[in-house]
Amino acid sequence: MINRKKSPAIHDAVEFDLKLKACDHFTLDNGVHVYAVDAGAQEVMQLEWVFYAGNCFEDQNIVAATTNFLLKNGTSTKSAFEINEHFEFYGAYLNRHCYNETATVTLHCLTKHLPVLLPEVAALFTSAEIPEEELAIYKQNQKQRLEVNLKKCDFVANRLIDEYLFGLEHPYGKYSSTKDYDALERDQLKAFYKRFYTEGKCIMFVAGKLPANLQEQLNNAFGQLPFRQSGLPVITYPGTPATEKKYNIINDNDGVQGAIRMAIPFPNRHHPDFIKVQVLNNIFGGFFGSRLMSNIREDKGYTYGIHSYLQNHIHQSAWMISTEAGRDVCAATIEEVYKEMLRLTNEPVEKDELDLVRNYMMGSILGDLDGPFQIIGRWKNYVLNNLTDAYFYNSLETIRSITAEELQELAKKYLVPETFYELVVV
Amino acid sequence: MINYNRFVLDNGLRVLVHEDTSTPMAVVNIMYDVGARDENPAKTGFAHLFEHLMFGGSVNIPDYDEPLQRAGGENNAYTTNDLTNYYCQLPAQNLETAFWLESDRMLSLAFGKKSLDVQRKVVCEEFKEHYINKPYGDVGHKLRHLSYTTHPYRWMTIGDELSHIENATLDDVKQFFFKHYRPVNAILSVAGNVKTEEVKKLAEKWFGDIPMGEKYVRQLPQEPVQTAGRRLEVDANVPLDALYRTWHMEGRLDRGYYVADLITEVLGGGASSRLYQSLVKEQKLFSNLECHHFGTIDPGLLAIEGKLVKGVKLEDASKAVDEQLQQICESLVAESELQKVKNKTESIITFEDMSVMSRANSLAFYELLGDASLMNKELSRYQDITAEELQQYSRTIFDEKNGNTLFYHSNNN
Repeated sequence: MINRKKSPAIHDAVEFDLKLKACDHFTLDNGVHVYAVDAGAQEVMQLEWVFYAGNCFEDQNIVAATTNFLLKNGTSTKSAFEINEHFEFYGAYLNRHCYNETATVTLHCLTKHLPVLLPEVAALFTSAEIPEEELAIYKQNQKQRLEVNLKKCDFVANRLIDEYLFGLEHPYGKYSSTKDYDALERDQLKAFYKRFYTEGKCIMFVAGKLPANLQEQLNNAFGQLPFRQSGLPVITYPGTPATEKKYNIINDNDGVQGAIRMAIPFPNRHHPDFIKVQVLNNIFGGFFGSRLMSNIREDKGYTYGIHSYLQNHIHQSAWMISTEAGRDVCAATIEEVYKEMLRLTNEPVEKDELDLVRNYMMGSILGDLDGPFQIIGRWKNYVLNNLTDAYFYNSLETIRSITAEELQELAKKYLVPETFYELVVV
Repeated sequence: MINYNRFVLDNGLRVLVHEDTSTPMAVVNIMYDVGARDENPAKTGFAHLFEHLMFGGSVNIPDYDEPLQRAGGENNAYTTNDLTNYYCQLPAQNLETAFWLESDRMLSLAFGKKSLDVQRKVVCEEFKEHYINKPYGDVGHKLRHLSYTTHPYRWMTIGDELSHIENATLDDVKQFFFKHYRPVNAILSVAGNVKTEEVKKLAEKWFGDIPMGEKYVRQLPQEPVQTAGRRLEVDANVPLDALYRTWHMEGRLDRGYYVADLITEVLGGGASSRLYQSLVKEQKLFSNLECHHFGTIDPGLLAIEGKLVKGVKLEDASKAVDEQLQQICESLVAESELQKVKNKTESIITFEDMSVMSRANSLAFYELLGDASLMNKELSRYQDITAEELQQYSRTIFDEKNGNTLFYHSNNN
């Protein structure tokens, strides 16, 4: 008979010799930097064009996001329908996203179709028309979507907590309103497009099973475009955090749950505490076995899930706790969060728990690096944040070596209940 | 082409192994042949509640997550109306930890009162978060009840009502477990940096002595053929009117399933699809519009749903949908359009097969359908569908007598 009470021996993940697969780098004739990871068994690719065209560059709210959205809604030679049909005919997916500093266009396709797709992507960067009619449809549908979203307590809470942390003038703190959509004009979008896309700063990230002549293909399609690598405006990040710390908002009288957000401002990845705090955050609320989950979900059953994390911003971050809990247990949930902060402040983490978290984090990094898209994702993160792979090896070293005393010091420094913004939206 | 090896233990547990040495990870996936369709109509939501309880400790191991995380692993699970799937991914060196954990919870759960009490609450919060506290959250329930009179697909996986979960007892739970969570009703699939020989050894060692259990023979009441269109109107506190329509279609193994899959692509797959182009972009009747099917094993539903542009009447929007359906019934889909949706399907399948996690899951699913090798035949089943067939099946599905319509009125107008 096997002894089921005894766990099989495990290999400590902290002892794994993790390596970040190197990333190829080359430049096109016009100076565009391309980062590429050639790996994977399936004949598929992911190409991402990152433009410095995020909402921090706009003079008026949602101009950046709207320009990004309408990139593929008509060029000088093709209608929105024809563009979509072209990509969809080849089973390709063309997505775009707008973030705070950057805005992206992403293509997923079968490697064999790359040659017919690249020129069409290039056309989006030089001759997008942003037609009036497309803009009108976009405005109308976005306003309706916003109206539905504003009924959701989590959506409202996410907007407000960012406003409290950064202020409405800050790129990380602002959000859209119906008025903003009404104010959009095609001319300003076209101007934004020309400055930040056609003549903008672009970086490319490519991964998957790459064709042998990738560099040539990319150079032919993008190497002659008038992108620039300099001349971006200097961005100001006006810090106007709210002075009031605690908020209770009734968004829906019939709501059965409240969206809880608790947060403090936190420095960006270049701060010496950043990596260390990732470990502390994991213990606190960063994974399924974290203290917040164990206590508030698995012991009390107040919520379906509770998480803490560091926001993924470039300039500055925030440490955030986020959950939706039963309306009647929101106050109790917040109290438990503070209790968990104080436990981390007052008692050193036991060896057993720390070992578990170390292993979990290492295993999870190993799992995260499985596949070309994941690997390029990590490289992209480093490039855009001005980091190198040294950051990767630093993180591993920190996970392996951080002590309970260091973690307790960090908890004392950052997990101070009075400093947290606290918001409940029902 | 996905390679795999297959063997069956004496207790009926089917095992599939997919070797891929390019990854440092291993995935262990256990699919149980039980879903919300197997529930007692007075005790719905059990399969899903069970998914939660399965993490509440097993007979010899007080905590599932902790040892797995210690081994560098991560896990999750999902329940549908058809099946329940548990999966974990961990560094391949620690493969045995997953066998130890999964086999113990198949052997028997801990059945703790505390675990049941807490997970009941957690599931109720999940219910509230997704189905009560969100605008349009109750649509899924209403649509299923409108579309099905008999088949257990008429309730959602989360459960028909909160009270069913709230009233679940330990006895109910034990009964449900020993009926469904036995080796003979389960499929183990292991993928990643593993060797079949090693998996065989570990499977024998950890799962071999678990009592086989009784084979669950599914005898579900079948949905009678619908003979008249149905309609439901609802008033709700939402900002916009919304239209929901469904039609009955064939089950997962029937050819009609594949045809219906392509029909949904023609109508609603992407921004160049017919419904989007005509009704959102040209006629501006909807602010968003989707066409999909429920993907169920037993005969399922094809659905069209969308929110209306303010000022548009539900009648008019619904009529415009009818015109599109009429078109697909009357004229053949052009060769290039058919090719487009087939290309898309090829692409979807290739991307799906990228991760070992998804390969392990698919192998188990096709084995549950009756034959793991179906996984490698999927694409060819789409490729030989013709435009004529697509037209014919559209005529069958989009028959007025086969359809259901839900007008979801905003009372904010």
